[in-house]
Amino acid sequence: MSFWKRFARNRGAVFGLVLLLAVIIIALIAPMIYPRGPWPMVQRPFLAPYAVDGLPLGTDTLGRNVAAGLVYGAQVSLLVGLISTVMALLIGVPLGAVAGFYGGWLDEGAMRFTEFFQTIPNFALAIVLVAILEPSLTSITLSIAIVSWPPVARLVRAEVMSVSKREYVDAARLAGLSNLRILVGQVLPNTVSPIIVMASLMVATAILLESSLSFLGLGDPNIMSWGYQIGAARTVIRSAWWLSFFPGLAIVLTVLALNLIGEGLNDALNPHLSRKGRT
Amino acid sequence: MKYFKLTTFLVAAAFAQSVSAQTDGGRLDVVIQPEPPGLMLGLVQNGPTQMVAGQLYEGLLRYNSDLEPQPSLAKSWEIAEDGMTYTFHLNEGVTWHDGEPFTSADVLFTTEFLKDSHARFRASFSHVESIETPDDLTVVIHMKEPYGPFINAFETGSMPIVPKHIYEGTDYATNPMNATPIGTGPFKFKEWVKGSYIHLVKNDDYYLDGLPHLDEVYYRVVPDAAARAVAFETGEVDVLPGGAVENWDVKRLTEMEDVCSTSAGWEFFAPHAWMWLNNREGPTADKRFRQAVMFGLDREFVKDVVWNGFGTVPTGPVSTKTNFYSDDVPMYPHDPEKAKALLADMGYDGTPVRLLPLPYGETWQRWAEAVKQNLGEVGIVVEIESADVAGWNEKTANWDYDMAFTYLYQYGDPALGVSRNYTMSQIKKGSPWNNVEGYENPELDKKWDAAAVEPDLAKRAALYNEIQKEIVEDVPVAWLLEIEFPTIYRCNVKNLITTGVGLNNGLRDAWIEE
Repeated sequence: MSFWKRFARNRGAVFGLVLLLAVIIIALIAPMIYPRGPWPMVQRPFLAPYAVDGLPLGTDTLGRNVAAGLVYGAQVSLLVGLISTVMALLIGVPLGAVAGFYGGWLDEGAMRFTEFFQTIPNFALAIVLVAILEPSLTSITLSIAIVSWPPVARLVRAEVMSVSKREYVDAARLAGLSNLRILVGQVLPNTVSPIIVMASLMVATAILLESSLSFLGLGDPNIMSWGYQIGAARTVIRSAWWLSFFPGLAIVLTVLALNLIGEGLNDALNPHLSRKGRT
Repeated sequence: MKYFKLTTFLVAAAFAQSVSAQTDGGRLDVVIQPEPPGLMLGLVQNGPTQMVAGQLYEGLLRYNSDLEPQPSLAKSWEIAEDGMTYTFHLNEGVTWHDGEPFTSADVLFTTEFLKDSHARFRASFSHVESIETPDDLTVVIHMKEPYGPFINAFETGSMPIVPKHIYEGTDYATNPMNATPIGTGPFKFKEWVKGSYIHLVKNDDYYLDGLPHLDEVYYRVVPDAAARAVAFETGEVDVLPGGAVENWDVKRLTEMEDVCSTSAGWEFFAPHAWMWLNNREGPTADKRFRQAVMFGLDREFVKDVVWNGFGTVPTGPVSTKTNFYSDDVPMYPHDPEKAKALLADMGYDGTPVRLLPLPYGETWQRWAEAVKQNLGEVGIVVEIESADVAGWNEKTANWDYDMAFTYLYQYGDPALGVSRNYTMSQIKKGSPWNNVEGYENPELDKKWDAAAVEPDLAKRAALYNEIQKEIVEDVPVAWLLEIEFPTIYRCNVKNLITTGVGLNNGLRDAWIEE
């Protein structure tokens, strides 16, 4: 059965994919819908949704268009989610692979190093890093990557350990391939599916982390993001619910979409592990 | 010696008329934020300390909302015509909270006490030659030179009179009595439960007949702004001092039934907000750029939207509430076209300028965003930086900024709270409160110096008018707003704010209507 068929059998995953595509499209065409960006003060502040034509989600505390903020926020969220995940993979995969493949003191060292990061709560570490580096899009992305690679390293290590005991790896050794070629050519390709599944969930976590940081006022002050919108609306939540509701909804839907996709990928890539009863 | 009588008041007579209509008794709950580090006003003078300890201690004078001196511990005073001698006549029958009599010796002792612990006092008393106490109820101060703002230096927070019999010969900072302050004020210290409340009770032996009206006052410590708003809504507290809740909540709370608000009671401080514009380097070093910033900013919009209509858009460095304010200055209305023309004239090439907001919460963050937007519309590229309080202090004090928000108090007189930000002698790296922008104008420096020691009021005013006219032309900093911090209270609390420092010494006259 092809990958797509297996993926499509999970309706939730398809729904997630559609949702994510919608968010991506919105993020891409944002400059076309609102060419002036999210910051101009276009109307009176605190306008409720649809109180004035052309402002479907109302205006915020300074009279900025909430809808414009939302579509530009999609750019930031996706960008931060994607880049920080790629960075985390770039740290976690090589470290885990080397540790799992070579074992011995390399493994010990790499895992103690990983544990060092794992013992500190993710979010607390991210806050400290952003505060030290001064909030900017780069420092936020970097901090999220730094706090999210350890699980990747752990996963890859376990997978590599298990795969490298397979017979075809022994065969490759007998054929005289170098360790590096075995690791890159034979072992790693067979660990890709759990990594992909994990990466899709990491994007979701990264979006949540970015939102939480912005909510606490540790976001890049020059960038409109969903977390910033909610944080700025927190003090007026009783008089202007729409300011925090819509960005909140956007975060929920995007993260939900990514989680559904992750589950669908899991079903499609690891058919043996997928939940029974779905056939 | 020839004396020029400025004011003499017969306090008792003045109060006798109004007392009958007022009800005595009752308890007042006031929010205090943040919790003060101590209550010994001679040692600690930060905002919350002044607000509580201003009921315990008193100064020689009080100031009304026009900043005219009123009697307090001194019932009358005279200033010699040449401005070289100040004579204070103290109230009779005043006692400390422990029963000891208050005399001129306490005043003399206070001038010694405060020299070590009160920078603002030290600065104003550096103009004093000597102090005499011819009898128990008279204090005579001889000046080195006439010093115009001197008469503004006797309010509770500026010069709290401390008890000689408790502090003489001891180490002031470690005196155990600091925990249970003894003053002459209308209220006595009763109890302080750290993190919860400070309890003051009526001083039954207060020297003014019929005062105070209230039986007791609780200052309640509530660390979260939203929780403070809720405490007021539920009736747990009666008074929210200025700045206790976010601006957005002010509107909601004042719309409640039987809730009053006033922006009075800050005239002495006259908090003045502006952006430091770095006069040393970058585009902000060009006068045309700075003027373009002023024309580019929509200051009325910020006042209406970010500050909910509270405050006044300033015309220059001196607040409209401060003495010697002049509106005969160049004006900077919101005029994007003029701003663009000025930028084109100087050949601004789009070099980004950094903007450092004040890390005091949402209001200030929104303000920075509005400034960025305004300036962006006239073509100035602004990048907002972020910093915590320590970072803001460090960056401004070390001149590492292009534009930076700040606000400072004016203390009623340009020589006390304005000149320090514009004269060359005040260019000192390491402090965020002086001439941080690096404005250099030797001609104006001479006028600032002359105005401070000019005994003739009319000549002083003329000098300050000239200064304001010239400095506003130069735009050393971008003046943004005369901030108003509305005090929110229940309407049945009467006479709450009667002076230019508001709640800091207002409870003497406050009463609660049945």
